[in-house]
Amino acid sequence: MGRVQWKSPGRFLHWQERLVHMILAIFAVITILTTIGILVVLGTETYQFFIKAETTPFEFLTSRKLEPEADPPKFGIVPLIWGTMVVTFGSCVIALPIGLASAIYLSEYAGSLTRSILKPALEILAGVPTIVYGYLALMLVTPALRYTLELVGIKVDTYNAASAAIVVGIMIIPMVSSLSEDVLRAVPQGLREAAYGLGATKFEVCTQVVVPAGLSGIMASFILAFSRAIGETMAVVLAAGQLPQISGNIFTSVQTMTAYIVSVTSGDAPFGTAEHLSLYAVGSVLFLITLCLNLFSGWILRHYREEYS
Amino acid sequence: MSVKSLNKPANWSSADPHFRPNRRRRAIMDPLFRWVCFFATFLGVVFLGTVLGAVFLRVLYPAGAGAKSGIPLGERFSDACALLRRLVVNKPGIEASEVGYRVGLVGSAWLLLFVILIAVPVGVGAALYLEEYTGKSRWKTLVQTNIANLAGVPSIVYGLLGLTLFQRGLGFKSLALGPCVLAGSLTLSLLILPVIVIATQEALRAVPQSLRLAALALGATRWQMIRDHLLPTAAPGILTGTILGVSRAIGETAPLLMVGAAASLLKVTRGPLDRYTALPVEIFYNAKEPDESFSTVAAGGILLLLCLLLTMNFFAIWIRQRTSKRPGLAGSMRTKRGG
Amino acid sequence: MASPDLSPANSGPHSNTVLRTESLSVFYGDSQALSDITIAIPQNQITALIGPSGCGKSTLLRCFNRMNDLIAGLRIEGQIWFHEHDLMDSAVDVVAVRRRIGMVFQKPNPFPKSIYNNIAWGAKINGFLGDMDELVERCLRRAALWDEVKDKLDKSGEQLSGGQQQRLCIARTLAVEPEVILMDEPCSALDPISTAAVEDLMEDLKADYTIVIVTHNMQQARRVSDMTACLMLDANVSQGRRVGVVAEFSPTDKLFTNPTDPRTEAYITGRIG
Repeated sequence: MGRVQWKSPGRFLHWQERLVHMILAIFAVITILTTIGILVVLGTETYQFFIKAETTPFEFLTSRKLEPEADPPKFGIVPLIWGTMVVTFGSCVIALPIGLASAIYLSEYAGSLTRSILKPALEILAGVPTIVYGYLALMLVTPALRYTLELVGIKVDTYNAASAAIVVGIMIIPMVSSLSEDVLRAVPQGLREAAYGLGATKFEVCTQVVVPAGLSGIMASFILAFSRAIGETMAVVLAAGQLPQISGNIFTSVQTMTAYIVSVTSGDAPFGTAEHLSLYAVGSVLFLITLCLNLFSGWILRHYREEYS
Repeated sequence: MSVKSLNKPANWSSADPHFRPNRRRRAIMDPLFRWVCFFATFLGVVFLGTVLGAVFLRVLYPAGAGAKSGIPLGERFSDACALLRRLVVNKPGIEASEVGYRVGLVGSAWLLLFVILIAVPVGVGAALYLEEYTGKSRWKTLVQTNIANLAGVPSIVYGLLGLTLFQRGLGFKSLALGPCVLAGSLTLSLLILPVIVIATQEALRAVPQSLRLAALALGATRWQMIRDHLLPTAAPGILTGTILGVSRAIGETAPLLMVGAAASLLKVTRGPLDRYTALPVEIFYNAKEPDESFSTVAAGGILLLLCLLLTMNFFAIWIRQRTSKRPGLAGSMRTKRGG
Repeated sequence: MASPDLSPANSGPHSNTVLRTESLSVFYGDSQALSDITIAIPQNQITALIGPSGCGKSTLLRCFNRMNDLIAGLRIEGQIWFHEHDLMDSAVDVVAVRRRIGMVFQKPNPFPKSIYNNIAWGAKINGFLGDMDELVERCLRRAALWDEVKDKLDKSGEQLSGGQQQRLCIARTLAVEPEVILMDEPCSALDPISTAAVEDLMEDLKADYTIVIVTHNMQQARRVSDMTACLMLDANVSQGRRVGVVAEFSPTDKLFTNPTDPRTEAYITGRIG
């Protein structure tokens, strides 16, 4: 056969291959650099904060007074953590049961037709920007709460933790649902069949076989949702307000860690002052909490996957 | 046990002394549970309808000064259309009756352009590197774990990163970009990078190994195999993930507030180093206004934003419905983040 | 780093042996798959590799075009010679090796592209300068597929039947003008009629190519091959595990009618495997 018809690829392909390999490796390294960037930025600026504010990490984490504009300023993160936890727990009370129930429905009950309608609806709900939920809280949820609760004599503030919890709860339902559904679908069919073979009803199979089998995976999805609720910003800023207080009343304003960061940025504290640097300290705490939750959830999921594969 | 008793579950207990199957209670619980679960899922549709409906009604029935009452629906629709047209064309102002989102829309378009230019090549490239160029190794596990964790970092933390790294250049004047479109785009690109990497990896994993082997056995280099076979085959999956990631970037507000998006900018952004603002940022400031008539302006802006995002989302879901198979547990690491 | 030119023109004095292994051992991580394999593949003949499942036939086949490089944790000891070139030399360009030594897989795996592009792609990436249409037609004719597909060259290769797909894969391999074609159980996914077509094709291709085929079907080995290597699982003394060895390598007629090795005899008469 005509060997002359072939052009020798020469060294070109060889170098092309190495170049592509190198460029792609650099792209992968960018993801590592992002993490390093976050750690370095948060670390150095938080350190600067403790020097400028003349406070200690212990005092920062335990003081119940947050008055950055007072003289001398007081930086205690406890009111922010309180506010964050009120909103987060509230939203989980709403989202976890609804999310799990819908995961069970989608995984165990839904036919292809209902699925093809409900699943995209949940996905689109997940794609609605958080600013929209914030607006909704202000315009719809708070007035509705106010109207109903004032009938029974409860006073509802314009900015309140309850409506923030409600909209954040709605926001994380799709996440709980889709993560838990993946987990339930991974439960081996044999387990279901074994239970049906013993004469169990579908309700019993779901609640006593499938859900317990996927329990660790479901926990992982709950933790991820919890972590997302903690990091939620815009809906909380608009709905819960900017008042750093520790109050048992969920119908009054609270300030979350994320809301504090936004309020400092949009305020006029100049760069380099203790007040401005305090947002990095709060950011560090936020980052560490979510990181721990995410790592924990990932760890659970990995073990779950080993169990069933 | 007779055949008859099989037909009448309620009689089982009397038929068999050793069992009390309690069929009646179970026969109630079973459909009840089914309906509870269905209702929970259906709530998703209800909430989606509420979100869209509330925004739509607010545009149709404006509040505050200038609100008319008792006019026919047809006129309301034409008023709403006029309002939306005005919102697209006008720049920010002092009166609610004359403000618009032109500057924010242009800013968002700039952000969209640069995020696509930056995040898509880097994200797809990193995924190719992980799936096609590295075997199982400590290094791969490290990068993979890192990406999974980045996906869960709150968006406001990316805002802090962007503020310090891009806007202020870590304090070095020569590195600082200032509060410009490029700084915002870089921040948003880092934020959606994990989404694109994870989606692309899933798409690549779905391509059968035999396709890779067939190409390599012909004497193709790895890159020739990727360029001519792998990427075209995985394209729908990559496209879906990319659209979802980019649409998230467009809806983000919090990180942009940190990276210098202006509250109220009168000058339309003309280049990558210009000052900017974005549609969701302007919506945020309008929603915060105590004057009720700004609530309608905010609703109008949300309607514009949702039209844009829902189109992108529908498109992404449509591509996937057309091509993909059932996602496995691999999809469960797809983490989402707050904004 | 200069890789040796692998074209046959530079392969020194003409020899009848195309591929040769010397004391070849293959390890998957800690466990050994093949031990001390020494065989020589003769030119323009069909060599069959047979043996019970799990004895490492496919692993051995994939050593010949370095396809095993794609498996992480796989380690090869010993030498593989392609003419005068040591294939295990780190300076060897695997891409060039795979062009000279083509491969057909167990399951037909056409690209999700048109029939025409299935053939043309390999030639294109390898810098083919001639008339592409002519090449596609020549390869399809050579693979006895031309008459069946000449009117639908722009249709997807995936629309063909299983047997046609496998012949398309063979035609695709021919298009890069290899010297050796490795076939890894090429008929195991095909029906009897398609199998016969592929076997006829192999017989026909023998004149221009050297073929190595892995098969689990002894009748097939007997029908098509000139030489047969029978691999066996042997207890490895030092590790206590069973690893693949060549029990016997001889002309097919002899191996099936008068095997020297008792294990081979046991296998071909159906007592092992």
